[in-house]
Amino acid sequence: MAEFKEVPADAPVTEKVTVWFENRFPTAFAEYKKHLSEYYAPKNMNWMYFFGSLALLVLVIQIVTGIFLVMHYKPDANLAFASVEYIMRDVPWGWLVRYMHSTGASAFFVVVYLHMFRGMLYGSYRKPRELVWIFGCLIFLCLMGEAFFGYLLPWGQMSYWGAQVIVNLFAAVPFVGPDLALLIRGDYVVSDATLNRFFAFHVIAIPFVLVGLVVAHLLALHDVGSNNPDGIEIKARKDANGKPLDGIPFHPYYTVHDIVGVVAFLMVFSAVVFFAPEMGGYFLEYNNFIPADPLKTPAHIAPVWYFTPYYSMLRATTDPMVNVFVIVIALATVVALLFGRFKSPVKIGIVVAALVSIALLKVFDAKFWGVVVMGGAVIIMFFLPWLDHSPVKSIRYRPGWHKILYTVFAVVMVVLGYLGIQPPSDAGTLISQVGTLFYFGFFLLMPWWSRIGEFKPVPERVTFQPH
Amino acid sequence: MSDAVADPSRRTWIAITCGAGAVGGIATAIPFVSTFAPSERAKAAGAPVQVDISSIRPGEKLTVEWRGKPVWIVRRTPEQLESLKKTEAQLADPQSLRTQYPTPDYAQNPHRSIKPEVFVGVGICSHLGCSPIDKFQTGAQPSLPDDWAGGFLCPCHGSTFDMAGRVYKNKPAPDNLEVPPHMYLSDTLLLIGEDKKA
Repeated sequence: MAEFKEVPADAPVTEKVTVWFENRFPTAFAEYKKHLSEYYAPKNMNWMYFFGSLALLVLVIQIVTGIFLVMHYKPDANLAFASVEYIMRDVPWGWLVRYMHSTGASAFFVVVYLHMFRGMLYGSYRKPRELVWIFGCLIFLCLMGEAFFGYLLPWGQMSYWGAQVIVNLFAAVPFVGPDLALLIRGDYVVSDATLNRFFAFHVIAIPFVLVGLVVAHLLALHDVGSNNPDGIEIKARKDANGKPLDGIPFHPYYTVHDIVGVVAFLMVFSAVVFFAPEMGGYFLEYNNFIPADPLKTPAHIAPVWYFTPYYSMLRATTDPMVNVFVIVIALATVVALLFGRFKSPVKIGIVVAALVSIALLKVFDAKFWGVVVMGGAVIIMFFLPWLDHSPVKSIRYRPGWHKILYTVFAVVMVVLGYLGIQPPSDAGTLISQVGTLFYFGFFLLMPWWSRIGEFKPVPERVTFQPH
Repeated sequence: MSDAVADPSRRTWIAITCGAGAVGGIATAIPFVSTFAPSERAKAAGAPVQVDISSIRPGEKLTVEWRGKPVWIVRRTPEQLESLKKTEAQLADPQSLRTQYPTPDYAQNPHRSIKPEVFVGVGICSHLGCSPIDKFQTGAQPSLPDDWAGGFLCPCHGSTFDMAGRVYKNKPAPDNLEVPPHMYLSDTLLLIGEDKKA
């Protein structure tokens, strides 16, 4: 515990009050310094670094609007749809709160996807920030769960059939699948029981976990320090006082800086909330304005845009695609045996593992592997810190073709996202299959391609022009 | 920490306490996980449904609800029954041999029904649970092959089924449409959810 401070009798009132609190709650003062006024962030952070603070802002928007929605919403299969319409029509300003919440869901994914892509470009997941990245991936998983559970609540046709499809994904798991799906639904079909438990997950369970993970993400970040667009460790060069030469205190410099981002974000956010809350059917799907009907699937069902890249990968996994996986595994094994410098027992292990994988691929249905592909596409992100073997962190000092590869990666995600919204077609499936192979190739071959090429020298100090 | 040597008997006690704590924790978790299972009310709601099928004309479909699922009753025309022979080569499981959704013995025939013309099936795709839509019209049309013989199309992932609910090859759905347990109480009165075995 800190020393108990005495204040001179003639000190100003403000100082007396401050010291009174400091003596009784020193943690608050120490944490304020640690995380704000004396947290040194690199001075060269660019606009890509807005998305972290924006994600926090959207989290606050979602929690606050969510609390107000719960005051009027009824988690009951007979009342839910009408209670949402009641919020939209009869509750004063209810439409605004609801549109902020529905737009906030999409905005959350926009800023989080950009935040993640920023991390990929500048190598923010590399040593010593692996745990920051992993906490981030867990936040992403929670966010997907939160969005999925929340989407059932309006009890429209898309809510209902979307939940039906996703819960049935679990039924594809061999042996325990059908029982697992039954346990999730709490009924033989998506029903009132499902709605009630999804409500509990959406408003209590996941938000708690989410906030806890956000705290862990930030604490871990502040322990190791922020990365920057040059991918240079600013802690490596400190001044006489032990402060990083290229660092500036988060408060006031970045708090004020982030206000610019907040204002720009709120302009776009408000424009959507007021002028295009449905966003042409992408943020709020038209079919969801029809009450849930367990006997009739809408003519075309698709998840909301933020799930569609992964949904495309699910749809791409057909029987021919599983055969492609078998061929890829066989080729990879041959390459490993011919070119890998392994000892004989390891080689035998590789062959056995490959044969087992091929056997499993052929034994279980393509439906199950589609679910594995979809889940794997998210889980693979956790391993990024150990897949990237590039000698430099930031894309700025990597070979030109690495930049092209990252651009293609972004384009592939957008194309997969687009195809996931469209009805299934032969051409679409083929493109999704190519995209899925690229996605996994990008990550699984990264240990090799990330070290190839001409890397530029990384400067000693960050690149920064005062303005 | 002191430098004193740890007393092994206390270590044993710590291990036993942890073990007992874990057992208690798991025992407490069981009732909570069990609450996820379908309630008694949900189980009771699965009662059989009686349907009068006399009003269904050839080529028409009637949908009834059983256990919250859509159950289709289709009175097939002679042409539609004839089409089942042509589709056989293109099907994944024409004899309904797969056991994921076991087909009752009385429906394990090419027309998958008790009466050849009346098909009774659960209208839920075996892929991810969407309800397929009727595509009884034959011939070329969007999302379907040019030699389409009539059947059902799942709008979600494009699985196709013939007029007996048998799934076509190389589609996302692995299984034929489920045939629920059913029996005829009279010539026109159908009971869905129960059969003679039960």
